[in-house]
Amino acid sequence: MQVPLSWYLIVAAALFCIGLYGVLSRRNAIAILMGVELMLNAVNVNLLAFWRHGEVARGTLAGQVFAIIVITVAAAEAAVGLALVIAVYRARRTVDVEEVDRMKL
Amino acid sequence: MTLSVSPVIFIVLSATALLGALGVVLSRNLFRAALFLVLSFIGVAGLYILLEVEILAMIQLLIYVGAIAILIIFVIMLSRQLMSPQYRAWNQQRRGGAVVAVMLFAVLAFVLLSVTWPTAEAAVPQDAIARLGRALVAPDQFVLPFEVASVLLLVALVGAVIIAREK
Repeated sequence: MQVPLSWYLIVAAALFCIGLYGVLSRRNAIAILMGVELMLNAVNVNLLAFWRHGEVARGTLAGQVFAIIVITVAAAEAAVGLALVIAVYRARRTVDVEEVDRMKL
Repeated sequence: MTLSVSPVIFIVLSATALLGALGVVLSRNLFRAALFLVLSFIGVAGLYILLEVEILAMIQLLIYVGAIAILIIFVIMLSRQLMSPQYRAWNQQRRGGAVVAVMLFAVLAFVLLSVTWPTAEAAVPQDAIARLGRALVAPDQFVLPFEVASVLLLVALVGAVIIAREK
């Protein structure tokens, strides 16, 4: 028996919401980045589940290519985000996003 | 070829991914959160194998577990003095964030379960990986996103070095 498509979509939705909770509720910039990574992972599960259950029959590969692009963007985002964390830590001696508020009105 | 045990494997793998994700957002210790993140990534890689996209599962293990998680652990180590026991890990939005996340999940689950998804069952072709490789460099398919991604990686590399450099 094949695992139905909706199971994957439910798991991906749960993963996305857990990541969203992490992004909304954490104070540490690194923890927020980890939440973003979880959300991007959930998107990839969705893309590949749709590829497996719909696109395979047509013989195209857009779902897989899209997932690879998302992974690339996630890697770039992690590198630049963590570099920003290091720069902020060097300047302010903190990675707490509530204390880094100089640009707030 | 999907065997009849696949629902059990699916449940085990998604439990791994979701429990790891919960560990990421709920553990106070940031280092432990990073290790739970690795667990979650491995569970998602297992889901990719169940979806018969083995190449993406390998990319997931190499890039997420091997590179991104290790990079996060490096940065945690560099800013470690902050992790004192009395440090508040969560902001005042903690309850509101939980409510928003649960409500979003409820809405998504309602929509996902009320739609009958049109699924076309077909076997994954044997040469799927070779076709993916050709599709990434074929001029009539995905060569432009492929090249843009390479430029993006180069810019991110240079940008990360410049941002993190000592002045």
